[in-house]
Amino acid sequence: MTNTVVTQKYHAQIYVTLRPSVLDPAGTAVKSGLSHLGYTNVDQVRIGKYVEVTLTADDETAARQQLDRICDELLANPVIENYRFDLTSV
Amino acid sequence: MKFGVIVFPGSNCDRDLVWVTQGILNQPTRLIWHEESDLSDIDIVVIPGGFSYGDYLRCGAIARFSPVMQSTIHHARAGKPVLGVCNGFQVLTEAGLLPGALVRNRNLNFICDRAPLRVERNDLFWTQGYEKGQVITIPIAHGEGSYYADATTLKELEDNEQVIFRYCDAQGNPSPESNPNGSLHNIAGICNRQGNVLGMMPHPERAADEALGCVDGMALFEGLLRAMPALA
Repeated sequence: MTNTVVTQKYHAQIYVTLRPSVLDPAGTAVKSGLSHLGYTNVDQVRIGKYVEVTLTADDETAARQQLDRICDELLANPVIENYRFDLTSV
Repeated sequence: MKFGVIVFPGSNCDRDLVWVTQGILNQPTRLIWHEESDLSDIDIVVIPGGFSYGDYLRCGAIARFSPVMQSTIHHARAGKPVLGVCNGFQVLTEAGLLPGALVRNRNLNFICDRAPLRVERNDLFWTQGYEKGQVITIPIAHGEGSYYADATTLKELEDNEQVIFRYCDAQGNPSPESNPNGSLHNIAGICNRQGNVLGMMPHPERAADEALGCVDGMALFEGLLRAMPALA
């Protein structure tokens, strides 16, 4: 009987966004640009970051736990940013 | 007293600091590459301005994990002096040694100017060379220098008198008009609760040589020398 370690490859799409209380001057500038283009119905623009990560993990729970740590420790600064991610096995 | 000036890939104010501490003040100074971790010979760690690791992800975010920053965190927790200027201030907030964060300037401009600052305290070794309430002019050069913290943190900073420098007008009033970048409470520099870690966006090292036309930053370095017996 062989004892194989089963790991699964996952693909995460991570969205890092500024907390609502943090001003986003770049988003405001883009909104102004859209207004100049005639899109005067645009109320708000907020700019964030999109990060793709592929990783291997034992299962989806382990992958999610690790991604939470990755986001908390580096990808997002909790003082100014929130994050969320979508996870798919590949 | 021995200064240690950290050099990250992308630091660009490290030599300016060495010029002041070693060139003008004749103090032993060592440039410390980011992969080093032995700071045992250093009394004051200085994190210079620049664009550490290209400012990738966020300003200061990657620098925080370098070997030299782990040692700097130990240095700070031991109560020893750590100064972060500009990008160095950003690194200190990312490392959790100072509260809050530095975000994009309100008007999106990279600001290169001379800013009047009000010295809020002079009972720390960092600022003992100044008068309380004195208005000094120090160069600023940043795109992400707008200080942000949540309301609770701001209240703690004010209650504990951790705001050391505030952007102000020529008369010393921290007005909205004299706030160059949108920093909350016109904050230009803060210290930790203990007072041994100082972070500031303005560059005192660019205002310490007569040849540059302004020497308002020199009192900060001279104040450190006067505190030497207690610090070294």
